[in-house]
Amino acid sequence: MSQKSSFDPLSMKTAKNDHGIPFKLEYDPHKKSGGWWVPVLSILLALILCAIFIMLNGMNPITVYTKMLVGAFGSSFGLSETIVKAIPLLLCGLGVAVAYKIAVWNIGAEGQFIFGAIGATAVTIFLPNIPGALYIPLMMLAGIAGGAIWGLFTAIPRTHFQVNELITSLMLNYVALLLLDYLVYGPWRDPQGFNFPGTPEFTPYQMLANIGGTRLHFGLIFAIAAVVILAFFLAKTRWGYELRLLGANPTAAQNAGIKINKHILIVMMISGGLAGIAGAIEVSGVAGRLMYGISPGYGYTAIIVAWLAKLNPWAMIFTSLFIGGLIVGGYSVQTIGLPSSFSSMLQGAILFCLIAGEMLSRYRLKRVK
Amino acid sequence: MNNLAIDMKDIVKKFGAVVASDHVNFQVEKGEIHALLGENGAGKSTIMSMLSGIYRADSGSIFINGCLTKIRSPKESMELGIGMVHQNFRLVETLTAVENIILGEKGSTWRGANWMKKKTKEIEELAERYGLTFPSSVPVWQLSVGEQQRVEIVKTLYRGAEIIIFDEPTSVLTPLEVDQLFKTMAELKHHGKTMIITTHKLKEVMAISDRISVMRKGRMIVQTLKEDTTIQELANLMVGQEFNEGVPIESIPAGRPIIEVRDLFIATKEHNNAINRIDFTINEHEIVGIAGVAGNGQKELAESLTGLIPWTSGEIIFNNEKITVPKVKDLIDKGIAHIPENRMKSGLAGSLGIVDNLLMKSYRSTERGRFGLINKKATNQWAQQLVEQFDVRTPDLISPVGQLSGGNQQKLLFAREVDLKPKLMIAVHPTQGLDVGAARAVHELLIQLRAAGSGVLLISEDLDEIMQLSDRILVLFNGQINGIINRGQANKEAIGQLMAGLSRKDEVVYESKIVI
Repeated sequence: MSQKSSFDPLSMKTAKNDHGIPFKLEYDPHKKSGGWWVPVLSILLALILCAIFIMLNGMNPITVYTKMLVGAFGSSFGLSETIVKAIPLLLCGLGVAVAYKIAVWNIGAEGQFIFGAIGATAVTIFLPNIPGALYIPLMMLAGIAGGAIWGLFTAIPRTHFQVNELITSLMLNYVALLLLDYLVYGPWRDPQGFNFPGTPEFTPYQMLANIGGTRLHFGLIFAIAAVVILAFFLAKTRWGYELRLLGANPTAAQNAGIKINKHILIVMMISGGLAGIAGAIEVSGVAGRLMYGISPGYGYTAIIVAWLAKLNPWAMIFTSLFIGGLIVGGYSVQTIGLPSSFSSMLQGAILFCLIAGEMLSRYRLKRVK
Repeated sequence: MNNLAIDMKDIVKKFGAVVASDHVNFQVEKGEIHALLGENGAGKSTIMSMLSGIYRADSGSIFINGCLTKIRSPKESMELGIGMVHQNFRLVETLTAVENIILGEKGSTWRGANWMKKKTKEIEELAERYGLTFPSSVPVWQLSVGEQQRVEIVKTLYRGAEIIIFDEPTSVLTPLEVDQLFKTMAELKHHGKTMIITTHKLKEVMAISDRISVMRKGRMIVQTLKEDTTIQELANLMVGQEFNEGVPIESIPAGRPIIEVRDLFIATKEHNNAINRIDFTINEHEIVGIAGVAGNGQKELAESLTGLIPWTSGEIIFNNEKITVPKVKDLIDKGIAHIPENRMKSGLAGSLGIVDNLLMKSYRSTERGRFGLINKKATNQWAQQLVEQFDVRTPDLISPVGQLSGGNQQKLLFAREVDLKPKLMIAVHPTQGLDVGAARAVHELLIQLRAAGSGVLLISEDLDEIMQLSDRILVLFNGQINGIINRGQANKEAIGQLMAGLSRKDEVVYESKIVI
């Protein structure tokens, strides 16, 4: 009671409400962030907010949302497309979530994804004559390495020079993007490609096998495996415990002999590696080559996937499917006259509500007498 | 009855299921110094928070100078002439004293040089009137703690306070500064101000107050004149049981040396001679106390001995083994336990549960799991056992430890560290913020460690604690050992002088080191 920070500056600020409003918000420092209802409610709220926009366009929101739902999950084609989108989102989401667990704000999954794609493609370009069965393992490893190295470019300035990783990771996205452009417009461009900004198409050995005649590919197995492995490590191992402690109280972790910098380096390599393998899977499973605009922003969208799942690896299976469905559903509303960017708007609204919800769930609403 | 500055009647305040204030009646007469006594969690802060507008009572009424009032915000409290000097000062460190005092003042848009000059003069005059001196034009962080407190007092006076609440005002001060504060309070009383002081230090209460109120567990136990009571009686009222002067400590001959510190020198970024060539030894069965005002090297010493910061030169020999490269992990494995200064900041992770907090030092051991895994079932059993052994009151093993009381948090911390069977325990302010009962439990644990053959380095600002527990007391001043006192030879005045940088012959042993 008394030591429950009775002089908390925030509560002082909120207690100043003397304008006849019968409620006040009180910050509760011991309250953990909200439960599962926060993501669920923020999705609902975002849907309602966007419904207003739909109605302003003279359409019925129910029709639009139904159309999206059917488009994303209503047919085997839609469903497979949704899963195809969900795979990179899930892998990148896992990547950023690991970093967020220890409060390293990696928003560079986009760049790490691109670097993974570049790494995998480099194998096809520099090793044209190796046995076919070696391609996929090598490409995946190169993808992980590419993403991990790109992650280190963010981690090392943070650990050695106290550079804010938020800024470096974001800016390195543009560096990676421009490097990609240089490669596909320049040295790696397919000479027989009629000026298309992309590398030569991969050979079948360099491609991940498809599942059941759709675009759905074996990258799905990698993604699910990543969830299982990561969830196991986080929950059961000493390393997972160290991350939990670092996330909860870095000073106490230091007092327990845990080296923060070592962990930041490892975690950023894992984070980048996961985004990197997503990039490798995207070129070898979907695109079949490295090309301009290889990522439609998976690295950024993955941040929403991670937070909607409250950084829980298992829950990310569902949130990545949901967001993947949102993207695919966005294509189908084009047929009734809404721009496909409607789905980006919906994503933005969800993130907005989510952040607000997480923040506000740490406050209590109190009746004032 | 209109001689009452404050008259609180039948005040009830609940936080969830906890009744912080249970039909409390509290009266303060005009022009008196009124001490509000109680253990941590007795409800003192809750009552004071209601007066300063931070909390509102669930029921009951408050009369200020005879008028029924509702204090709905700190601003309204200020308008009623109530000022509060917080335990942790509310000052902007980079601003000067004058800027701090006029902060938030309304009614003037243009604040030119003339205006500032006028205000500075006004504030200096005000301060002088009450004998409160402090440098008014240097940033507040350069002032001593005592001076900062004076700035806080002038701030309340400047805002027209007639009733001043001091919340644990002496907890951060040296003995000399405490004397100074009491002089100031006497001066304020002379000017007709009413003062309330909350504290749990009984001797100070007897020294300064006119009347005394004692609270326990949210209830007002008694209001009495100082003349009508004794320290012994107040202590009994406060804890609600027979208070005895500390845990008995048996005399055990010291064993072989556990840690030998030779010519230790520590320079940090903030302080280039934080620890300035000190020597000491701690033996088995020995508690060595470090007395000193905060900031004289205690923090650096503790951090070095636990491997958190490197030392610059000198030698540390632990258990007959020279420590060359200090690493936190190695030192834990070698047997150094650590109760850090601020348990929630650096000892425990408030958002994690009991098990995760207990694991912190031992999760690498094979007892907790093999092959890099942590065996959940075995670990939970172990945690449950520790919780019972150390009497940590918790609803379960997973609810966040941030929700436990301070005493239970400290018990949890001790459970973790004592379970390591340490050869050396470094305890920094181990009873800070704990009530008498919890502090006693901590003292018992330290004495048990000593009996079991561990050495204890006890760093504390509580002289009673240091004098009671230590076999030897080292007084740190400016990074140097300014005096060594053995058990039985200690007296408070002597330690106080050594803490303030005076030698035992009352001569100043240091030259002013302030170079700008």
